[in-house]
Amino acid sequence: MLSAATAHSSGAATNVMLMSALEVTPAWYLVLGSLLFGIGAVGLLVRRNPLVMFMCVELMLNAVTLTFVTFSRMLNDVGGQAIVVFVLVVAAAEVVVGLGIIVAFLRKRPEATADDMAVLEG
Amino acid sequence: MVDLVWLIPAFPLAGFLILLVGGRRLGEPRAGWLATACCAGAFGAAVTVWLGLLGEPEHERHFTQVLFEWVPSGSLSIDAGFLADPLSITMALFVTGVGALIHMYAIGYMHGDPNFSKFFVYLNLFVFSMLMLVLGSNLLVTFLGWEGVGACSYWLISFWFTDEANASAGKKAFVTNRIGDWGFMCAMFVAFGAIGSIDYAVLNSGALSPVTATAVGLLLFVGACGKSAQLPLFVWLPDAMAGPTPVSALIHAATMVTSGVYLMTRVNPILAEGYGWAPDLIAWVGVITALVAATIAMAQHDIKKVLAYSTISQLGYMFLAVGTGAYVAAIFHMVTHAFFKALLFLGAGSAIHGMHDQQDMRRMGGLRKVMPITAATFMVGWLAIAGVPPFSGFWSKDEILLGAYDVHPAMWAIGLFTALLTAFYMSRQVFLVFFGAPRWNDEVAEAADGDAADVPAETHETLHPHESPWLMTAPLVVLAVLAFAGGAINLPVVSDLLFLEHWLEPVVGDHQVHVETGTKIMLAVIASACSLAGIAIAASVYLWRKVRPVEPKVLEHAWYYDEAITAFVGGPGEAGFEGVAAFDRIVVDGAVNGVGVGVRDSGTLLRRLQPGFVRFYALGITAGVVVVLGYFFTRTL
Repeated sequence: MLSAATAHSSGAATNVMLMSALEVTPAWYLVLGSLLFGIGAVGLLVRRNPLVMFMCVELMLNAVTLTFVTFSRMLNDVGGQAIVVFVLVVAAAEVVVGLGIIVAFLRKRPEATADDMAVLEG
Repeated sequence: MVDLVWLIPAFPLAGFLILLVGGRRLGEPRAGWLATACCAGAFGAAVTVWLGLLGEPEHERHFTQVLFEWVPSGSLSIDAGFLADPLSITMALFVTGVGALIHMYAIGYMHGDPNFSKFFVYLNLFVFSMLMLVLGSNLLVTFLGWEGVGACSYWLISFWFTDEANASAGKKAFVTNRIGDWGFMCAMFVAFGAIGSIDYAVLNSGALSPVTATAVGLLLFVGACGKSAQLPLFVWLPDAMAGPTPVSALIHAATMVTSGVYLMTRVNPILAEGYGWAPDLIAWVGVITALVAATIAMAQHDIKKVLAYSTISQLGYMFLAVGTGAYVAAIFHMVTHAFFKALLFLGAGSAIHGMHDQQDMRRMGGLRKVMPITAATFMVGWLAIAGVPPFSGFWSKDEILLGAYDVHPAMWAIGLFTALLTAFYMSRQVFLVFFGAPRWNDEVAEAADGDAADVPAETHETLHPHESPWLMTAPLVVLAVLAFAGGAINLPVVSDLLFLEHWLEPVVGDHQVHVETGTKIMLAVIASACSLAGIAIAASVYLWRKVRPVEPKVLEHAWYYDEAITAFVGGPGEAGFEGVAAFDRIVVDGAVNGVGVGVRDSGTLLRRLQPGFVRFYALGITAGVVVVLGYFFTRTL
């Protein structure tokens, strides 16, 4: 987004070339989004602390939000940005309910992990 | 007057209901007189309807009265209705007439019994059921009566049920009859399936195809075999002698056992429409039964068992007549048989009563000196059943033999030989009971075959047999007159005297016997000669004691028929039943239970997908996402 033209002196040509080689295209954002999503997914699978698992879920949600906005800019469609609003609302509601359950559980057993919350087994 | 036909069964029904509620209060003997009056009232109503029918011209003697629609079920509509025609009124007349006489006799016979009124409750219910049977306008009303008489027979045979043998005899009668009833029910189903109706008017109008007609006819014959004690279902009748003698006289001689013959006569158009081998089969079963039963009767020691086998034998004659198409002869013999068999049974009951409940003939003897009326009337019945002219039995039996001669001389020969045996065993009975030296106070004689078990354990100090009271001897006298003169309803001498044949013609058609008059007379002479020969042989053995008696064990045990049935049912039969029960338990129940087990096991398997671990669920979600994404990416490649 930054324009390649700068008003620098003598070393300006090299700087311009460097800058143009490292142009930040929308693809960068997609990569960032997928990286964040991957980190969140792996964290959800690996970590046992319920609060950390929750944070990973939030991370995944935000990654998805970023991806939506990127595509909205790339395809020039404002729908993607509208969905972001919905996702944020859903995330907020989910946090309220989920944290409430987890806090209630952890109050009873402070050292509980996700594996201990197997009450709803079949 | 014919529309009073509903009154005929109404009388005994009223008697039944009144005695059911207040019989015990009425007590002896008023309960008995009420029952007799109801039966006599039914007889009066039957006479009225008969006179009404006589008033109609010959082809309109046919009146159906519908009380109400009994089964209104879609395409099936069965009425509770009565059919008054010559056949049903003939049956109603002798059922109620002989029944009233037996009711009166029973008042004397059951004197002192603690269940006096209960006896007459059952007797009236029986007469009601029998009348429903003969007056019904369709197979279902007849079946109602059929089952009713079966139930009453069960109750009455087991009347003294505190003795287990009597209770078992009642059960045996009921179960054997049930086998026959299965045949009757299947016949109703086939008839309904074929033409959609079980009304006699429809069945007898030629609506059935030959195959269906044969099927219905033979299935009804199965029912008749059960009720009328023919081979192979005759085993219940000798055991039924465990009931009081009036029961044996009414039910197992004069009325219930003739229902089978009535049924076959009622559906005679169906038999005519079917294949020819079906009536032949009926005739053969009848004549073979007659012969076998006669052979068994020759070696019995119980006075009532002789008469029981004699009844089976005479019923065989009636079925022989039905099978050869001589329906008039069958009904004629039914009527005369009712007279003389009821007479013989009541006479035997009188003898038993006088001998203080002793039934073994080997302990009787010389009774005619102490019981003259019983002896005289019994001998009238004896001569009638032996077929000695001019007693009634001669005329009816001769007509049956004539019909048999016309169709199959072999049947005639067997029938003739059976007549000889009949004369023999009945004469044997008369000579053992009423003639000779009195044996009633002898020591318990060790009989030649060692069957001391037949003799009851209690021995009186000295027995003084006496004549029975007038209540019992009066019916004997009336029946004796009927047994002597009963032949008059159908004398074959001149066509005008064939009252019964002309009377029944609208129902059974005109059956022509193609035998010349000369041959007929010769056949009659041969039959009479056989009867007299039978009497003479019996006299030489049992009266003048010139020849030693021959009473083989195999005959005494009825050709071991009962033992054979027990061996079969207890042996291979039981294995079969066990097999069927095991099949039901293992296969049928196993299949049903297996469904439940299968569902439970598959549920257990599926449960492993939900362990409760949140991270397992997360892994599942991740794996699913990977798969879906992979599908989408590779799809576009």
